[in-house]
Amino acid sequence: MLGYITRRLLGVIPVLLMVSLIVFMLMHAAPGDPVSMLISDEASPEDRARVAAAWGLDQPVWVQYLNFLQNAVMLDFGDSFRYQQPVIDLVLERLPASLELALYATLMAVIVGIPLGIWAAARPNSIVDTLASFGGFFGISMPNFWLGIMLILIFAGQLNLLPSGGRMSWGDEIPRLTGFLTVDAVLQGRWGELRLAFVHLLLPTVVLGTAMTGIIMQLTRASMLENLAEDYVMTARAKGVRARTILWLHAFRNALVSVITIIGLEFGALLSGAIIVETIFSWPGIGQLLIQGIGARDFPLITGLVIIYTALFVLLNLLIDVLYTIVDPRIRMR
Amino acid sequence: MTSACATVETAGSPLLALEELRVSFSRGRIEAVKGVSLALRRGEVLALVGESGSGKSVTAKSLLGLTRYTGGTVTGGRALWHGGNDTVTDLLALPEARLERLRGDRIAMIFQEPMTSLNPVLTIGYQLTESAIRHHGLSRAQADARALEALEQVRMSDPAKRLGQFPHELSGGMRQRVMIAMALMCRPDLLIADEPTTALDVTVQAEILALLKTIQRESGMAVLFITHDMGVVAEIADRVAVMLAGEIIEEGSVGQVFAAPRRDYTRQLLDAAPKLGTAPVAPVRHPDPGAAALSVRNLRVRFPMRSGLLRRVTSELHAVEDVSFDVAARETLAIVGESGCGKSTTAKAILRLIEADSGEILLDGRDICALPHHELKRARRGLQMVFQDPYASLNPRMRIFDTVAEPFRIHSSQKPRQLRATVLELLERVGLSPEMANRFPHQFSGGQRQRIAIARALALRPRVIIADEPVSALDVSIQAQILELLREVQDEFNIALLFISHDMGVVEKVSDRIAVMHMGEIVEIGPRDAVLSDPRHSYTRRLLDAVPVAHPELRRVRDADTRTVGSPVFAPGAREPSAPLEPVRDGHFVRPDAG
Repeated sequence: MLGYITRRLLGVIPVLLMVSLIVFMLMHAAPGDPVSMLISDEASPEDRARVAAAWGLDQPVWVQYLNFLQNAVMLDFGDSFRYQQPVIDLVLERLPASLELALYATLMAVIVGIPLGIWAAARPNSIVDTLASFGGFFGISMPNFWLGIMLILIFAGQLNLLPSGGRMSWGDEIPRLTGFLTVDAVLQGRWGELRLAFVHLLLPTVVLGTAMTGIIMQLTRASMLENLAEDYVMTARAKGVRARTILWLHAFRNALVSVITIIGLEFGALLSGAIIVETIFSWPGIGQLLIQGIGARDFPLITGLVIIYTALFVLLNLLIDVLYTIVDPRIRMR
Repeated sequence: MTSACATVETAGSPLLALEELRVSFSRGRIEAVKGVSLALRRGEVLALVGESGSGKSVTAKSLLGLTRYTGGTVTGGRALWHGGNDTVTDLLALPEARLERLRGDRIAMIFQEPMTSLNPVLTIGYQLTESAIRHHGLSRAQADARALEALEQVRMSDPAKRLGQFPHELSGGMRQRVMIAMALMCRPDLLIADEPTTALDVTVQAEILALLKTIQRESGMAVLFITHDMGVVAEIADRVAVMLAGEIIEEGSVGQVFAAPRRDYTRQLLDAAPKLGTAPVAPVRHPDPGAAALSVRNLRVRFPMRSGLLRRVTSELHAVEDVSFDVAARETLAIVGESGCGKSTTAKAILRLIEADSGEILLDGRDICALPHHELKRARRGLQMVFQDPYASLNPRMRIFDTVAEPFRIHSSQKPRQLRATVLELLERVGLSPEMANRFPHQFSGGQRQRIAIARALALRPRVIIADEPVSALDVSIQAQILELLREVQDEFNIALLFISHDMGVVEKVSDRIAVMHMGEIVEIGPRDAVLSDPRHSYTRRLLDAVPVAHPELRRVRDADTRTVGSPVFAPGAREPSAPLEPVRDGHFVRPDAG
């Protein structure tokens, strides 16, 4: 187990190297001079050269890359052009907001999608199945920018029940411990703020989680149908096991491997897909940060963010692989 | 008077009376069971014999109300169950909830495929105890104790350890023991065994059959034994019912049916079972010596097994070890052995589908192991393969014409019209009509598909055909036709046939010579009759001993205990070379026994 995890973690290094190289090259191939973003258009050539030297932009590309690598090992991705502060600080400040949103969206998808999928598979082609499958497709095909704007219009605009954006109302901020507002509120016993945090989370969570709910529901259904046709289900029936036990224990435990795969992949997609939702709901996460970084040609910020995204994805996959071995005893870690 | 008949006469009170059972599928469009009636007494073993699609499994499953889960509907009949205390219930009329209480308690069932019939993610212990906890309300500890008892009853080695293990940690034979133990948990009155030994190696089959017989005698439960193999019937049953196309066509005591079958179909089933010296089989052909089409010399294939942080090779699986043999044109050499003995790996190495570690493979005197890639392609024309599963070995999206034409397209440049004529001729040669050429594989039966596979193998007029279990996925009546076809084309096209099989009944019919493989080595090789009637190696003897022979009088008393199985895994360089094969006489060689 430990050997396996060590090997997998070592395997992350070449991946990160490749990704950093590709991102670095792309940034330099893109049109536009980063120096012009740092200084006004009227600056003298001497001033430009001075600024370029200060940021290391006068060096050959490969020297810039090696410098970057050397610092990146220490989690130093340089200073953001736009914010004039270390990239890593910016990311660490924003990351919990994105993670919190993605986690709640995933939670919603799992709590709604899995039981619905199992229920549908238990009675294939019944009304329940038809409705659930329709709902699933509806969720998958719904564009989240449209859904987000509609929900804001209805619940924030017309009904004025929920906030239209942000993580917390002005003036209600609580001291930061983990950066996860709901966790921080519980840790400090601030129940009013906990409620507010959830109120703010509600709409973005629903918008972000809708597609994933549909996907998980469909996949659970398909995987359950497949497993219910297996020989061991017939064995269980011949033993007189209750239909409910067959469904939730015998078949679902086996369906879980594919469900876990898709949860992991989708969670990764949520982190990057949240860019749109974070923009609509002015959610101060890393998706929003990335959009702003791209708009400002903020090279260090973009590079740093992409590398952190990559690392998150890879670690997430490792976590899924470890979960496999817990769910399915046949899968051994080599 | 046989022992089988004696059992019938001393059998107990009626247990089950099935009357005029009818089951249909696809909303009544297909009638799978057409009015089947059967009677079963307590303590009796009734064999229900038939080929796939005869309705035997459906009949058994409908007793437990399980057909509804495979899309079937019981459309008529009664199944009167004498449940003790003079109560009689009609199983077919019971609601699902009441049936659920009966399943696994009074009536238990075991299935064909031990590899897939156990839930892979639940422990053996959980799956064993499930029914006892459900039906008898046992506590966890009581159920575990009962499970241990059941595992001991099926002679499982190390029973306490098994409870915490998962199915994949056990071999096929051990899993089938677990299935039987599971069925015994609630001490049922009736055990339905649906082809319980078909997927097992012949020596394991012998153990399981002996075990079932012993347990049945000890516990006095009745057994409904479903099979297609008359050899197995002779081993275990008191009475036989033969099913064909949803109806019972012949029924009687084992002694009667085997001595004087009344129907041709029954006779056909009896013919398919191995004789092993109890009846004459086809004469051996004597090809001219010294003209080997295929010679294999000292072939060796080892698979490295890695472990540890650095994935270093810590041991090797010796799949094929120092294997040598010749096959001449018009000759059939059968390689027999149990799963994992290396027979299929040998075939793959000869075709260079996997690379051999060392050895020579001479096709008409040319060593194809040494050939570079472009010459290998040409050499492959002379060496073709027929695979076991005709459902998997034909591309489902290719028309039959294209499947058979593909070898020509790869290896020659025939004009379309000429190609068409050649392919149609080939199809006709294997007994298919030319108008079938535009159909897809799913429109053919298993036997027809195997004919297509043979046509494809014949396309390039090969010198050698390797057939890896070519008939083991087919029903016995189809088997005979395919074997006949193989023999015909072999004579007609001068082909050397390397026939790989685990089935002694088939080997006995097709082979001229037999090579017995065990743990990667050929332990005995020689003319068919010499090997079958005068086996010299202990493994050959054990293999032949295990084959059920279709003669109830020859029923053998066998030991139900597991034997220890050797492992062909060695640390690198740790294996002592085995002693060379020694001649017995006239081309019969045997490796000196180690033990």
